[in-house]
Amino acid sequence: MSLWKIAWRSIQQRAVASALTAFAMGLGVALVVAVLVIYGVIDKSFRRGSQGYDLIVGAKGSSLQLVLNTVFHIGESPQPIPYSFYEKLNRGDFGTAVDTVVPVCMGHDYKGAPVIATIPDMFDRLRYLNDQRYEFVEGGRNFRMKAPFEAVVGSMAAQKTGLKVGDTFEPTHGGAAAQEPDDGKGHHHKVKVVGILKHTGTPNDQAIFMNIEGFYQFGCHTGGPTRAEQLLNAKPAQPKPEPPPKPKRQGILPGLAPEPAEEHGHEEHAHADHAAEHEHAEHVHGVPMDQRRVSAILVCTNQDERSRLGMALPDIINNGPVAQAVFPAKEIHQLFERIIGNIQLVLLILASVVVVVAGVGILVSIYNSMSDRRHEIAIMRALGANRMIVGTVILLEAILLSLGGGLFGVLLGHGLVGILGPTIAAHTGVMVSAWQFQTNELMLIPSLIILASIVGYLPAASAYRTDVAKSLTAGQ
Amino acid sequence: MLQIRDLKKSFTEPDGGDLPILDIEAFDLAAGEQMALVGRSGCGKSTLLHVISGISRPDSGKVKIGEWDITLFTEPECDRFRAEQIGYVFQTFNLLPGFSALENVLLGMRFAGGRIDRARAKDLLDRVGLSHRMTHKPTQLSVGEQQRVSVARGLANRPKLLLADEPTANVDSGHQQQVVDLLRGVCREENVGLIVVTHTPEVANQFERIDNLEEINRAVVVA
Ligand SMILES: Nc1ncnc2c1ncn2[C@@H]1O[C@H](COP(=O)(O)OP(=O)(O)O)[C@@H](O)[C@H]1O
Ligand SMILES: [Mg+2]
Repeated sequence: MSLWKIAWRSIQQRAVASALTAFAMGLGVALVVAVLVIYGVIDKSFRRGSQGYDLIVGAKGSSLQLVLNTVFHIGESPQPIPYSFYEKLNRGDFGTAVDTVVPVCMGHDYKGAPVIATIPDMFDRLRYLNDQRYEFVEGGRNFRMKAPFEAVVGSMAAQKTGLKVGDTFEPTHGGAAAQEPDDGKGHHHKVKVVGILKHTGTPNDQAIFMNIEGFYQFGCHTGGPTRAEQLLNAKPAQPKPEPPPKPKRQGILPGLAPEPAEEHGHEEHAHADHAAEHEHAEHVHGVPMDQRRVSAILVCTNQDERSRLGMALPDIINNGPVAQAVFPAKEIHQLFERIIGNIQLVLLILASVVVVVAGVGILVSIYNSMSDRRHEIAIMRALGANRMIVGTVILLEAILLSLGGGLFGVLLGHGLVGILGPTIAAHTGVMVSAWQFQTNELMLIPSLIILASIVGYLPAASAYRTDVAKSLTAGQ
Repeated sequence: MLQIRDLKKSFTEPDGGDLPILDIEAFDLAAGEQMALVGRSGCGKSTLLHVISGISRPDSGKVKIGEWDITLFTEPECDRFRAEQIGYVFQTFNLLPGFSALENVLLGMRFAGGRIDRARAKDLLDRVGLSHRMTHKPTQLSVGEQQRVSVARGLANRPKLLLADEPTANVDSGHQQQVVDLLRGVCREENVGLIVVTHTPEVANQFERIDNLEEINRAVVVA
């Protein structure tokens, strides 16, 4: 008969008190598990979103807003920047510094799912997570450059909107407040769904992606995101005129790039002929090239060129007056460390306090029963058990109670996550299965054993010190 | 087999003074010998059994069991020796309440070094007439049945000596004889020395040797 069994019998004998203390421990552990799992998932989903490209180029302003909007489709669309940035990055002066350049235009949605205008490279050339390719559900395919009114739908967005391959839909300007008088129903061209993306676990699952060419042909004459145009009109001084200090900045990097920062300022004049050179002939149907805008540009810098032009690219862009280049991974990391990580820490501390309080409950419960146990301990000693054994049995009892409660708590915590799972999926696009274990949950086992050893120490020491002769005669 | 010489044991009184409880010049028990130990309450019978079993330490003197003087043992050695060589039966509430009859017997074996002999445990319970009660918890047994389990447990490790401290005190007179017969019978079969502390003359009178501790113990102040 092992000491574990002796401890277990002692727990059984006080079944109600034992169950209650273990239950309290379970509640605390469930909280810890829920925090760990949910934050593990949020962490993963945030970090996931950042992969596939290493730079985002967008309008100057809040870099975090740019990342949140571009990567996670959260919040207000940033101000747009001229299309020429894309051209320049793609084929212009920086052509050798970059591998893949993908423009995105935001600000539209359909039934609550963001509609993002982009180019087929988004799925043909960019990868997600650990270099995984985007794939389409059977019967679907990527949209084609030549077909302006084709779209593909992310897996969660497909569920949300009910769109299937072959369906058509009309994107609207995002946000009820953005409804403009000229933005009536039927204003936009119908867009046809040609593919549903397989689930990726990235924020892209939440969105619909349409051909940027079609986007530029939408009837809104302002071209590009209408809100963006409004912003540009409202603050005409910001993007268009050349700010005086610019030549100075340019002088800082004379050898790297002859005139990128300069050119951003007057792109609208300089760019018309540039744009006419290449094959995007459709633009004649929509917004003229020189009036096109993009919300952001996703850039994969060229690994080989990184040491030279690629390294300098963010600086060159940031030194210009209009655009900024941000590293999404860095922004997301900072966001996580500064805000979300701290919230998690606070929640973890609170949950741990609940666990510690439950541990103290075990201490109180065992300690209170010590006077009843004296006689049992004395009998065990009379049967030849030494002090170590009777102390150890008490300690094991505390460990069994906390581990048993902890196991119950892990199940309860995951059950909780299972219940919250659909909500989390709806908000983050990450499927949380109730049985998605986090590796740091393993830390619970040694932590609980240490906690139980600490709270079990006092009653165990009391058992160790029991005066056998006295306790034996006391019972008679 | 048991040899006690010049044994002295006193307790410290609350005011700090010494209260002598035991002062025994010589007390012996041959191997397999059975005796009753009598004497009025408070004369030190239980304390003597504690000293013999190593639960309490004497202030001075020698307690030899077989060839070992247990007063020279460290405490863990004493515990181990008790587990292996000495069986103990108390008045009542002898059994651990969380364990079945069989488990109580096995527990005695556990502390003797883990040599668990289930067959012997079952055989002993069979011999005390409880083969049909093995899985019962103590609360499901009568006091007489509980004492029979205690006897079985006391003999589990084939001890040299069985100490019974008022084993029939709470057993109704109908079952008292049953418990005494059992103690004597099994000890005789296994050649185990037996000291039975009792207040009951009918129990004491069945033994050939009856010692009155009041006479042996010089610490007893005759009132
Ligand atoms: N731990 C102790 N501290 C002080 N006095 C004790 C202690 N244990 C027993 N005694 C005293 O020792 C005497 C003998 O007790 P005990 O051996 O239990 O007597 P008996 O078993 O013969 O009734 C009693 O007077 C009792 O009060
Ligand atoms: Mg007594």
